Amino acid sequence: MQPFSKHTGLVAPLDRANVDTDQIIPKQFLKRIERTGFGEFLFYDWRYLPDGSLNPSFVLNEPRYRGASILVADKNFGCGSSREHAPWALGEFGFRVIIAPSFADIFANNCFKNGLLPIALPVAEIMRRVQEVEGYELTVDLETQTITDEKGLRVPFEVGSFQRYCLLEGLDDIGLTLRHEDAIKAYEASR
Amino acid sequence: MKSLFDKLWQAHVVREAQGEPTLLYIDLHLIHEVTSPQAFDGLRQAGRRVRRPDLTFGTVDHNVPTTDRSLPIADAVAANQVETLRRNCKEFGIQLFDINSPEQGIVHVIGPELGLTQPGMTIVCGDSHTSTHGAFGALAFGIGTSEVEHVLATQCLPQNKPRTMKVDVSGALPEGVTAKDLALGIIGRIGTDGATGYVIEYTGEAVRALSMEGRMTLCNMSIEAGARAGMIAPDDVTFAYLKNRRFAPDGERWDKALDHWRTFVSDDDAEFDAVVEIDAARLEPFVTWGTSPGMVVPVTSYVPDPADAANVTDRQAAERALEYMALTPRTNIQEIAIDRAFIGSCTNARLEDLRAAARVAKGYRVSSSVSAMVVPGSQEVKRAAEREGLDRIFSEAGFEWREAGCSMCLGMNADILEPGQRCASTSNRNFEGRQGRGGRTHLVSPMMAAAAAIKGHFTDVREWEFK
Repeated sequence: MQPFSKHTGLVAPLDRANVDTDQIIPKQFLKRIERTGFGEFLFYDWRYLPDGSLNPSFVLNEPRYRGASILVADKNFGCGSSREHAPWALGEFGFRVIIAPSFADIFANNCFKNGLLPIALPVAEIMRRVQEVEGYELTVDLETQTITDEKGLRVPFEVGSFQRYCLLEGLDDIGLTLRHEDAIKAYEASR
Repeated sequence: MKSLFDKLWQAHVVREAQGEPTLLYIDLHLIHEVTSPQAFDGLRQAGRRVRRPDLTFGTVDHNVPTTDRSLPIADAVAANQVETLRRNCKEFGIQLFDINSPEQGIVHVIGPELGLTQPGMTIVCGDSHTSTHGAFGALAFGIGTSEVEHVLATQCLPQNKPRTMKVDVSGALPEGVTAKDLALGIIGRIGTDGATGYVIEYTGEAVRALSMEGRMTLCNMSIEAGARAGMIAPDDVTFAYLKNRRFAPDGERWDKALDHWRTFVSDDDAEFDAVVEIDAARLEPFVTWGTSPGMVVPVTSYVPDPADAANVTDRQAAERALEYMALTPRTNIQEIAIDRAFIGSCTNARLEDLRAAARVAKGYRVSSSVSAMVVPGSQEVKRAAEREGLDRIFSEAGFEWREAGCSMCLGMNADILEPGQRCASTSNRNFEGRQGRGGRTHLVSPMMAAAAAIKGHFTDVREWEFK
């Protein structure tokens, strides 16, 4: 997994609550058997018009947000299906950080497994700044667990200590579990 | 003073260490074609094996057609995904209930049906509706593909302990009000993120009175309230359901299992981090009006006005939803006309669901403006329904009778809504585009869906004239 320590990037606002994983990556794209190839279909029904052309009124299609790597959204982001294709699509599109007041559990877990950092925070202030300032950037520091901008914004955040450790190191947690083979064997023998 | 959840958790701890998630042992791992191929690839790349193929079972459900099964799958990409699961199961020695096997069906329908799902177990699957299995007093939750790979390789999952919520449902559900309505009522009350970070235990008289099918419907929808899992303590109803199922213990092992299973109940003084109390007698048949399962009102009510929303976020969400759903505030729910009806999904495609819908449909005809389909949850449900003649009742009423699968719940196969079509659906999600781009989904119970199909619009099934 790609490690994550500190990231500075352009911020894009998606001012909607309950953005579900069906929206993030619609089902017709889940038939692939690879982990790649999902980025172009991210938010498909919102990004593209029925004729397949780009929807100019969708926020991520606005030129000022091109190249954004930090997404700010409203509460309950990633609700719905367990499809890991959602963080795969977000990551491949270029996002490294999602900031929202709350996340669905499975989605947040899936993000951590893919080097994508979900940060649960009230977003009103960041949402206001990103809409006001063209080219608005944030720096997300996982080491110190703070978000900063150039205008003096400084917001602390928290993620689970183990998840933070795995992200910082880019660790394969299957490898970590396999180190406890003796404990697994002992558990199996005890039943 | 332990809760059912505490007992389940404790019984599966492989390893605990300060500052690390608990390593939990997984008793049953169900897999399907959509969320597993990348997990098997990961195993191969790392040179790992499947630790416990004997605790792993596969089926195909999400993308399979519900039409004639003697024909090959027309969609080449879907066919390849099914073929990939077949190859992976063979390579790693996993039992697969393949497309033409008599056991094939929606993973959350066949697990219980085969007796694989048992009280006291930890159960995972790469599907959010794994919460269904909690109906048996199991800790069952959905996982992503990386976690599928983790369980395949280690039979364990590192997990942070969730909080616990008790949803206590007192009284009795009125006639015509089902487990689906109870689930929708709870979500309407606490919201689609009301239980995020929690495991729900459903308790109370109304829950005890539910059949296993009803309990599965209720636990199935836990995820729509954001819960990690939903569960109900096992009792004689649970044990009677499991007795003589193919993978259930038999003979002496059955008696031993019963003693073990009976321990999985919350102590009287168990503590919960949150408690929600619901009065069953006050519930009505529900219909969702928006694009989130929490956007729900009784069938006797009206489409709400976003202006009445509690806060800006909810108001904006309601405005967007009404625009997508092409509905006007204060419209009488029973004046909303539908184009399609879908009776199926892991929420409502078990025999009892089909019986309830057939009871409504019997002697009637589907409205000429509606196209309606019934998709049994499994081949076994289909056979059982046919033995009772339910298929004839549906066919005579003008419902299509299909093969088993997830079908139009998520529309990964050919069963989708056309843009703008409005559907009364017994499934679990009314998200934008869930059943097809531009499709408009209203979640209801099987009886309500059947009644709407016949009338051509929503109607209060409590006033139905059964024939």
